[in-house]
Amino acid sequence: MKLTRKQILTRGIIKENPVLILVLGLCPVLAVSTQAGNAIGMGLATTFVLLGSNIVISALRKIIPGRTRIPCYIVLIASFTVLAIMAIEAYAYTLYQALGIFLPLIAVNCIIFARAEMFASKNTVFDSILDALGSGVGFTLALFVIASIREIFGSGSWFGYAIPWLSENSVMIFSLAPGGFIVLACVLAAVNKLTKTYELRTHPGCNKCPNAGACGKHEHAS
Amino acid sequence: MEIDFRALLVILMSTALVNNYVLRQFLGVCPFLGVSKDIKSSACMGVSVTFVMLMAAAVTWPIQTFLLDPQGLGFMQTVVFILVIATLVQLVEVVLKRYMPALFASLGVYLPLMTTNCAVLAVTITNITGGHTYIESLVHALGAGLGFLLAMIIFTGIREQNENADPPESFKGIPITLISAAILSMAFFAFDGVIDNLFR
Repeated sequence: MKLTRKQILTRGIIKENPVLILVLGLCPVLAVSTQAGNAIGMGLATTFVLLGSNIVISALRKIIPGRTRIPCYIVLIASFTVLAIMAIEAYAYTLYQALGIFLPLIAVNCIIFARAEMFASKNTVFDSILDALGSGVGFTLALFVIASIREIFGSGSWFGYAIPWLSENSVMIFSLAPGGFIVLACVLAAVNKLTKTYELRTHPGCNKCPNAGACGKHEHAS
Repeated sequence: MEIDFRALLVILMSTALVNNYVLRQFLGVCPFLGVSKDIKSSACMGVSVTFVMLMAAAVTWPIQTFLLDPQGLGFMQTVVFILVIATLVQLVEVVLKRYMPALFASLGVYLPLMTTNCAVLAVTITNITGGHTYIESLVHALGAGLGFLLAMIIFTGIREQNENADPPESFKGIPITLISAAILSMAFFAFDGVIDNLFR
């Protein structure tokens, strides 16, 4: 099945969201999501690395030999990470300090490897750019949602601005480590619920189909 | 050179228990969630992560101190360290395949994935940014690895109990696993005062 350009761009955002559906790259999602501002910064930095590595890998896909492709990808991704780190250190020093160890760790983010291996190594440069943008925006969006929940309840503020009642009555656990796990779990459960409802509405299955008995393709829907 | 065992013990305890890599700093969450299905493979994973961490710390510290820093190439840290770790993982893979094929088969895809295990890279980078000496770096790596092993084994036990539980439909699978991880992470907060009360 060949995907259209629009599908390539949009599927990373919703249908195959790297965090919420594919559950990849959880370390930065859990660690950097205490403040919405940091989350956006981390998302953009990751999108930049993803874009750069996808462009170069898809451009070189006929030159990189199949057997040694993994080390090649590692070096390319790490180089783009170094570029991103240096740019952030120069132009956004507070963000650089807030993200700390998680900036160099972009280089080992599974999402970037997954896109390189599954998409960029087989497709044209233009398609890979769309794919990188889709996955990058999807990652940023997921990070932003989780960080917003944690910042609003954990510190009673949003992007650093205090929220009237919540800032005096913040729930500290949201900004601590267990809160990260709990919020991510609840968001994933909500996504599960939504996809189930959506699937039931669009594909009701044989149980509700009036022609189920006459139809030869009867399946035992759960 | 005199070695301060007390300081080393503090580093070991604080990285293994108080600042546990998985449960407090969210490093190495992927293998933590992925391999913790049965006790044998989680123990194998923990031991091999510890081993790779130790090796990586032993190799990367001299590279940074004697090679990169004098040449003013500190910014190449990330690229060089990843390559070193990839090589080490490859080495471990070859050795395991030759001498322990059963273990090799049970670790499966997670062995090559260790290259992209953020905990290993984080240990080596923290050693440099934290200004540790060579011995301190090794102890720090050992502590991080043991902490990972401990968290893995406890978590596998919890997950085996989870198998028999019946969570709400949409929480099945990863969400309920994350909730269990949250509770375990809360339990590790109990170690907070350990360093202060034991050593100071």
